[in-house]
Amino acid sequence: MSDIPASVAGRPELQALWHRHSFVELDARARAFSLLDEDTGQEYCDPFDRIESPWLEPQGLVPESDDGLVVVKGLLAGEPCVVIGIEGAFQGGSIGEVSGAKAACALQLAARDARTGQPISAVLLLETGGVRLQEGTLGLNAVAEILSALLELRGMGPVIGVVAGPLGSYGGMSIVAGLCTRVVLTHEGRLGFNGAQVIESEAGIAEFDSSDHALIWSVNGPAQRYATGLADAVVLDDVPAVRQAVITAVAAGVPEHHRSEELDVLAARLSPNDGGQARFSLPGLGIPVAPSPGQDSLAASHPGSAQQRRAES
Amino acid sequence: MSRSQTWFDALSTQTLPSPYRSIAIADTDLGSGTPARLLAVVPDPDNEFPRARHGEVGLLEGIGLAHAIREVIELDSSLADDQRRSIVAVVDIPSQAYGRLEEQFGEHLYIAAAVDAYAAARVAGHPVIALVVGSAISGGFLAHGLQASQILALDDDKIEIQAIHKPAAARITLRTIAELDELAKIVTPLSFDVREWATLGYCDGLLKVSNPDQPTGADVSLASGALRDAVARARLGQRDLTNRLQSAQAQHARRASLQARRRLTEQWA
Amino acid sequence: MQTLNLEYHAADRAARRAHVGVVGSGDLEILFEPGTDPTASVRVRTTVDGFDVVWRRVLDAFFAHHPVAGRYELNDFGATPGIVSLRLLQVQETSRKPAHPESNRI
Repeated sequence: MSDIPASVAGRPELQALWHRHSFVELDARARAFSLLDEDTGQEYCDPFDRIESPWLEPQGLVPESDDGLVVVKGLLAGEPCVVIGIEGAFQGGSIGEVSGAKAACALQLAARDARTGQPISAVLLLETGGVRLQEGTLGLNAVAEILSALLELRGMGPVIGVVAGPLGSYGGMSIVAGLCTRVVLTHEGRLGFNGAQVIESEAGIAEFDSSDHALIWSVNGPAQRYATGLADAVVLDDVPAVRQAVITAVAAGVPEHHRSEELDVLAARLSPNDGGQARFSLPGLGIPVAPSPGQDSLAASHPGSAQQRRAES
Repeated sequence: MSRSQTWFDALSTQTLPSPYRSIAIADTDLGSGTPARLLAVVPDPDNEFPRARHGEVGLLEGIGLAHAIREVIELDSSLADDQRRSIVAVVDIPSQAYGRLEEQFGEHLYIAAAVDAYAAARVAGHPVIALVVGSAISGGFLAHGLQASQILALDDDKIEIQAIHKPAAARITLRTIAELDELAKIVTPLSFDVREWATLGYCDGLLKVSNPDQPTGADVSLASGALRDAVARARLGQRDLTNRLQSAQAQHARRASLQARRRLTEQWA
Repeated sequence: MQTLNLEYHAADRAARRAHVGVVGSGDLEILFEPGTDPTASVRVRTTVDGFDVVWRRVLDAFFAHHPVAGRYELNDFGATPGIVSLRLLQVQETSRKPAHPESNRI
């Protein structure tokens, strides 16, 4: 405790930040193992299986031994869970033929377990720019197969998306976030579909100035996503906090209706008001603060309230 | 006129009122007693969302597609699985909608709604057939077409099935268009040629028609026949996407996928 | 993209295989598997062409001081010599530890 500078010691709200064990600074493999119960994680198709992308060397790019995606199965709070972690540092966390096949297959194997009476949840660590453009139509199809596989499992076991940062979740893989049972963001996580640069080049700088970081965060950042019910929890970048939020999200079980099935709610938000302008109201963008930092996270993690927030906003 | 609208009009017999101008809906018969709901995303110059006026899949389109599909699931829910009507996605989409509003509303979720509905229909036993008549790009194709049980495309130079448009691909991967074209010769997934795309394992038919821009009666007959055959294959096949791994082309083109899946399955405990 | 293969005499032994790193900008991953021959065989795949001399110098220096036998596969995306040496040390250190995966970040 004598290591804490006086400026932090006198401010309890900073102590959680000071003492945190950063989740964001871990690579995908370490993140996956850190979420599961200690010593229960087992990686499949690991680096030594050397199942790489066949499409990168011909383009002068060096492959990664796991193609930028890890599959680790173990226990989460004592219950079977498979964590699928995307490595953001490799090719921008993009999904190629092999990484896509690993993810889709893991979700389908989990669905098979669930069908044969072995309940299992899945956690997807979304650190991704979407489809790996260097793998074109096979990357695109791989994402489609992941989406289909997720839906196979979702009715039988919770599928939790975690967007931690620094990359966040963008591109076709954000559709995964849209399909997930629940979504957990860290305070450094951004969740979007089209990146700022792509919008700027397609639609012009007035539509989206990609150099305007405040704009990016105000649109894709955790505050807006939580307030609009697109995320279920926002937590400190701290391994115990992320783990607890995931455990809570899994424990809340399989809902009767998923976010992506609530067409009435989604349609209502797009209805024009009397002036003919699309109505979109945003309740205050404050995030409720947990009573004691490090215990529960920066925001209360109440899965039911996401529905409420969406209906109200 | 977009090819979506042209082919939709050519194939449909009874257009239905649609809550969204950019979503064309028809209940038709593909011939020989093959009822199908036809869906197309079409340009809407008056779209409330200015970034979605040229046939892109955006917020309204995601909802519109999901709604039209869920309606069919509901209507046919009391029928036996093998009696449930087909859903045909006529595809000519430049991309997803790129815009600030789209980001604020969470376009990823509106597209997820369409993906969810298409997959739900397929799993419920409705044959879902995609017919690519023009562009099938990126998030647009993920929303409308890529969850299909069977994917058909016109055998035509204007067909563009890819993860992103060529100029954007070049810009983002830091190559010239000439370099991309060269690379596509050895890296088939990069090709913009539909015949090359068809070798990758998830094409269920290429249709050679005489006039892809303005289909003749014979063209429509050919397409309807191909759609009927696809429906029959879909009814016999599995309701997930494994046929994309089992085709003859996939055994070669997607052997890395097959190897990864095999290894993962062996190790899974 | 370039592939280099080098071999060194290496008398030290390691207990188990190990993996560190990621193929990210300015970084590399290393797969290490212990061998019975007194040889360290190294394969480097690197995005940056034309640095053979630098690689040779870095690896010569490293294996002169840390001659652990086995096969090393380096998948490199522009790491500096300092990072390369650091990762090599890390992978050797990890191969001495009892099995438990830790963070691969530097």
